[in-house]
Formats: sequence, structure tokens, C-alpha cells
Amino acid sequence: MATTTSRRAAYEQKRKRRSIAVATVSSLIVVAAIVLLVPKMPGWDRVRHSFFNGERFWDSMPRLLHAFVLDVKIFAWCAPLILILAMLVAMARNSRSSALFPLRALTIAYTDIMRGVPVILWIYLIGFGVPGLGMDRPWNSPLIWGSVALVLTYASYVAEVFRAGIESVHESQRAAARSLGLSNWQTMRFVVIPQAVRRVVPPLMNDLVSLQKDVALVSLIGPIEILRQAGIDKSKFANFTPFIGAAVIFLCITIPLTRTTDYLVERERRRTTGTRVR
Amino acid sequence: MRKTLITLAVAGTIALSACGGSSSSDTTAAKASAGTGNECTAGKTLTDGTLTIGTGSPAYGPWVVDDKPESKQGFEAAVAYAVAEELGYSDANVKWVRTTFDEAIQPGKKNFDFNLQQYSITDERKQTVSFSDGYYTTNQAIVGLTDSAAKGATTLAAIKKLKLGAQAGTTSLEYITNVIKPDTAPFVYDDNAGAKAALEAKQIDAAIFDLPTALYVSAVEIEGSSVLGQFPADSTAKADEFGLVFDLENPLVNCVNTALAAIKDSGSLAEITTTWLSSKAEIPVIK
Repeated sequence: MATTTSRRAAYEQKRKRRSIAVATVSSLIVVAAIVLLVPKMPGWDRVRHSFFNGERFWDSMPRLLHAFVLDVKIFAWCAPLILILAMLVAMARNSRSSALFPLRALTIAYTDIMRGVPVILWIYLIGFGVPGLGMDRPWNSPLIWGSVALVLTYASYVAEVFRAGIESVHESQRAAARSLGLSNWQTMRFVVIPQAVRRVVPPLMNDLVSLQKDVALVSLIGPIEILRQAGIDKSKFANFTPFIGAAVIFLCITIPLTRTTDYLVERERRRTTGTRVR
Repeated sequence: MRKTLITLAVAGTIALSACGGSSSSDTTAAKASAGTGNECTAGKTLTDGTLTIGTGSPAYGPWVVDDKPESKQGFEAAVAYAVAEELGYSDANVKWVRTTFDEAIQPGKKNFDFNLQQYSITDERKQTVSFSDGYYTTNQAIVGLTDSAAKGATTLAAIKKLKLGAQAGTTSLEYITNVIKPDTAPFVYDDNAGAKAALEAKQIDAAIFDLPTALYVSAVEIEGSSVLGQFPADSTAKADEFGLVFDLENPLVNCVNTALAAIKDSGSLAEITTTWLSSKAEIPVIK
């Protein structure tokens, strides 16, 4: 009984094999078209020399990796600060006490202004402007103030993500928590936030991946990070391959990161919802 | 009148050197007077009868005055028109286009015959673009605010201790990393405006530019700054030499090199240099 496959299982297996075959064939056709047709284009030799130059790639790699350490550092100290600030802003915006209206108004103004203005402007304004008020080293460092600019802008995006999460938790959850005797704060802390954060993990990862790339904007106010180093090498050798090198380094970080998130989200989804509809 | 004679004579020489003496100088002279190029350039320019010259956007002083190369004001604008004249193009047949640094070196067809925006001639770049002979040789110089830590730094040892800045992709930055080797990593900016803001915010003590840019920047762009010194030319293996940039293996390079040699020999390049670029002599040399 247990060893025989049901008609339904057999049918599903057949469908699965067929869909894998179709996916494989169509992928192969696309790859073959790219590999065979692109080198036939008249300018391919020069494009390959300028963008896919093996010698330049390996020559730049050590310098790029060295510069990438700075990107990782900036990311490492910005990301936790962003999450904390964003959560505070989101909670303030979701506060329900009428006495806290000024706070809510302030957070609305903050998100509207920070999100509406390009990150580059904040980096210039805070990175050059604040130290220009008369600070001395090390407190005028572009690393500090560039990071402040990144934290302030990204916190406004992430705060909206958190707010969406908090608002997606059904009102009945709060009602149940309050009727159990939990205070307003305890309801938030133990009932609403845990559910909210879990729901917004994918968009949150989206913002973190985009932060990882925007860290490069700090180079506008001086520090040499990976994209700047790639630009320097590009100018020196009149060759764009260093940017490909930088892209490969970025991908080595972002792809495992997003795949892991996808896996975690999928596991969570399987745990909490029913079977998948095909 | 004298100028015309020189033009004719030079045009003749170019034709002779380019075509092995087989052409008659009469037709060359006739063409040159029409202002649509000499025999050397025939069929080698983007548009027949027009010389298309690229420069930066914006082009800034002292290389091009007021971002208007058409006015012939500024060192590179003047050099471009002198070369055009040697090649037999009248002013009306010179067309300007604007490109960024990257556009000039990206693969594919170019939208200019040659491009000038202080491109330093390096062996690495020669693999992607072609260069003419140099039209200007410069030293690197250091610019600092007069009331900063950079004041009084007249030796290389003292400059090593400063926090330095430079423009990205310039030979000035390479000079910092290869020759000065400062104690802390330099900061890098997209343009002079960034270096200026960083000097004012005291994030850097001094910035490195090529000497003419340094003189211009300290006089016009960064208030309260001065050129603290210039680095001796012999402290790098090779002096920083500016050349015109061409599409790789563009046959026009030979014509332009002949024209450049002619304006060097006639003294007009030297004249243009003294007109637009300040004398190097008065800036102290760093030991």
C-alpha cells in the first residue's frame, strides 16, 4: 500500500519532470544565443578588451578587495543603526496616545523629507556641511558624517517598511492581547512587533541590499571605497574591467544573502500556510 | 601676411612628409586657403572638411575660459585652433563637441577627431586610445589653505604627514600614491568643488593638482588658499605630459603630430603657453 504511487502522485511527478525539461531547454537556447551571437557583433573585440580584460581584472582585484573592506565596515555600522532608528520612528508613528501627536507629526515630516530628497544631496550636505561648521579632526571625518547621512535616509525608508508590517497585524491581535491584560507597550513588544517584523523580512532585505550599493556614495566626499577604486583604475588604464571586478565582489555578497533570505522566507511560509497551488 | 606664408609653407611640408613628395603643393595651398583641411587630413576626419574637437563638459580655466572653447580663449582652446590652422582648417570649419573623460575612452566609434582635456599620456592608456605627441608638460603642485596645517610644509617629509586630497582619475592622485606615499590614505573627489569643500571642512590639509590647475584653483576657485609649492619634475620617472586623444589607431594622429611639431618650431605654442599659463618659476620647489 505504502510503496505504490497513487495516480495523482504519478501525474504530479510527470508534470514536474516535464516542467524541468522545458526550463532546461529554454535556458540553453538563451545562453547559446548569447554565447554564439554576441562575439559575432563587429565591435565585440573592442568591447571585450575594454570590459572583459582578464589581465586588468586580476591586476585590479587585490586593490578592489582592499577597498571593499571599507564598504563592509560602513555597512556593518550603518545597518544596525538604521534598523534601530527605523523601528523607533515606525513605533512613534504608530503611537495612539493623543498627547503624542507632535511626535507623530514630526515622524511624518521626517520620512517625507528624507525620502523625497536624493541620497547624494544628503551625503554632500551632511558630509561636507556639518563638519564645515567648525569641527576638528577626528570628529569632522567624512566617514562619520557620510554614515550619518546614510543612516538618516535609509532609516526613513526602513521605517515605512516597519510601519507597513505593524499595520498589517490585524486589530483583533491587539484586542486579544489587551483583553489578556497586556499593557499598550507589552502588546506592541510581545504581540505586534514579532509578527510585523517576520512579515517584512523580504522588503527589509531589499533595502539592505540597496544600502550595500549606496554605501559607495560615501566616496563622493573623499574615502576611497571599492567603486571609487574601480573608477581610479578605470582612468589609469582607460579600461572599464575594474568595474566588472567590483560587480563580481558585490555579487559574491548579495547573491548568497538574498538566496538565504528567500530560503528563510520560504521555510516560514511553508510552516504557516497550506500547500502550494500550481 | 607672414602668418599665411607660414601656413602655406607648413601645409606644403605636411603634404610632402605625408605623401612622400608625390603631390604638388599648389593643390594643397588651394585647399588650405578654402579652410577645409590639407591633403594629409583628407578623408580621415569624421566629417569631410570639418575638424571635430572634443573637450570636457564643463571645460574650465585656465584651459578653456568661461566654458567657451569657440572663443579661442584659454590654453587648450588656443592650442586646438593653432593645430586646426596648421591642418588647414579655418575657424568656421572647427566644430566642438563635449565629452566626459569616460566617453573619450569607451570602446566604439568616437564623436570627435581628437579630444583635449588635460589627458596625461600613459602607456596603460595607449592600449585603448591613441595619443598625439605632448603639447604641455607639467609638474604637480600642492594647494592648501593659508591658515592650515599645510602652511610651512615645504619638504616631502612634512607633506607625507598631511591628509591629502586629489581629483579621481588624475595623475595627481597617482603622484600621491606612488611618489608622496602619505601616512594616511588620501581622499578623492569628483571635481575641484569637492576638494574645495573638504579643504574648508578641514577634512584634508592640502590638495594636489597639476601646476596650472593649482594656480587657477587657488587664485579663482578656493578662497584663502595658495600654491604652497611645486614638486620637482625629476621626482617622477616620467614628467606628466598632456596629449590629444584619438580613437585607437586613427590615421589622423600623424597629421596632428606634424602640425604640433610645426607650432612648436614656429614658437607659437610657446607664445600660447606664456599667454594663458602663469610662469612656473615663482612657485617654490619642494625638496
